[in-house]
Amino acid sequence: MIEDRNCNMNNECEFPTPQGINAAFGYNTAIMNDSNSNCGCNCNCECEDETRSEMLKNIRCLSFAIVDLAQYLNTHPNDQKALCLHKEYCRQLKDLKDKYQKIYGPLSIYYPCNKWRWLEEPWPWEGGIE
Amino acid sequence: MWTYNKVLQYPINIKCPNAKLAKFIISQYGGPDGELAASLRYLSQRFAMPDQKAKATLNDIGTEELAHLEMVGTIVHQLTQGLSPEEIKAAGLGAYYTDHGVDVYPQSAAGMPFTAAYIAAKGDPIANLQEDLAAEQKARATYEKLIDLCCDDPDVLDPLRFLRQREIVHFQRFGEALRGVQDKLAEKRFFMNDTNMANMMSNNCNGCNNNCNCNN
Repeated sequence: MIEDRNCNMNNECEFPTPQGINAAFGYNTAIMNDSNSNCGCNCNCECEDETRSEMLKNIRCLSFAIVDLAQYLNTHPNDQKALCLHKEYCRQLKDLKDKYQKIYGPLSIYYPCNKWRWLEEPWPWEGGIE
Repeated sequence: MWTYNKVLQYPINIKCPNAKLAKFIISQYGGPDGELAASLRYLSQRFAMPDQKAKATLNDIGTEELAHLEMVGTIVHQLTQGLSPEEIKAAGLGAYYTDHGVDVYPQSAAGMPFTAAYIAAKGDPIANLQEDLAAEQKARATYEKLIDLCCDDPDVLDPLRFLRQREIVHFQRFGEALRGVQDKLAEKRFFMNDTNMANMMSNNCNGCNNNCNCNN
C-alpha cells in the first residue's frame, strides 16, 4: 500500500470558491470572469479560433496564478487560503489543458497523439494563435 | 514557457567528495562547451529557423540541455559537499573558494567566467546548425576527457557517460535537422503572377489567422 502524502484532491476546500477570495490575491483569471468573446482581430467575421484563443488565455492566466501562488507559498507554506487557491487553480488548469490538447494538439511533448502533432501548430514566438 | 520537474534526468549520488574532479567538471557547467552555452545557443537560434523540424529540434534539445546543466551542477555540488577549506585548497580550488565558496558558479575549468562569446547566432540557419553539430562534438570530446580524468569513481563516471551519450544523439538529430533545412532552402520557389490570386490574398484578415473573408 502506497502511503497517501496528502497530495490527493479529495478533501474539499474549507474556503469559499476562488471567485470569492480571488480579488484578495489580485488575480483576475479569465476563466472565473466569464470574459468577453471578442477575438481581437477587429473584423466582423466569425472567428473559428474564438474558443481556442479564449482557452489559451485561460491556460495562461491559470499558469501564471499558479506560478505566483507557488512563489508566495514557498515563503508562506501554512497559508491555508493560498493553498486552497493553488489546489483549485491546479485542478482547473489540468482540466483545461486536457480539453485544449484533445482538440488543438500538444502544448508540451508530454502529451501523446496518434500522429506527431508537435510540428503542426505555430510556435509561441511566431505570434499566430495567442 | 517552461515548468520545473523535481527529478534529475539521470540519478546522481556521489558518496566520496572529490574537489579535484569538481574543478574539472565545472567546465561542463559554465565552460565554452558546457551545458549552459549549449542551451542558450539552441534556444537563441530556434527563433529564426526556416522549418518546423529545425525549430522543434532546437527547442527540445535546448530544453534538455537545461536538465543537463542541473545534472552537472549536482555533480559539482556533491563533489564539494562537506569538505574543509584545507581539503579544497589542497585540491587546487583555493582561488575558487575565495570568490564562490562551495557555490556552483558558471566558469570553465581554467577559471574563466561564463560568457555569451561561447555561443553564436549567425543569422544563417546552415551556419547555425553546423555550429551546433560542432558544439555537440566538442561537448562529447570534453566528456571523454572528463571520463579519463575521473576513472576511479563509478558514481561520477556513470552520469558522465550518460551525458556523453546524449551529445552523440543530439549530433545525430542536428544532422537530420540540417538536411531538412538544406532541402527546404533548395526547393524551387513559385511566384504568383495572377491578379485574382493577389486580390484574394490581400483580402485575408491580418489580425487573426483565420481564413475569413472580411476586408481587413
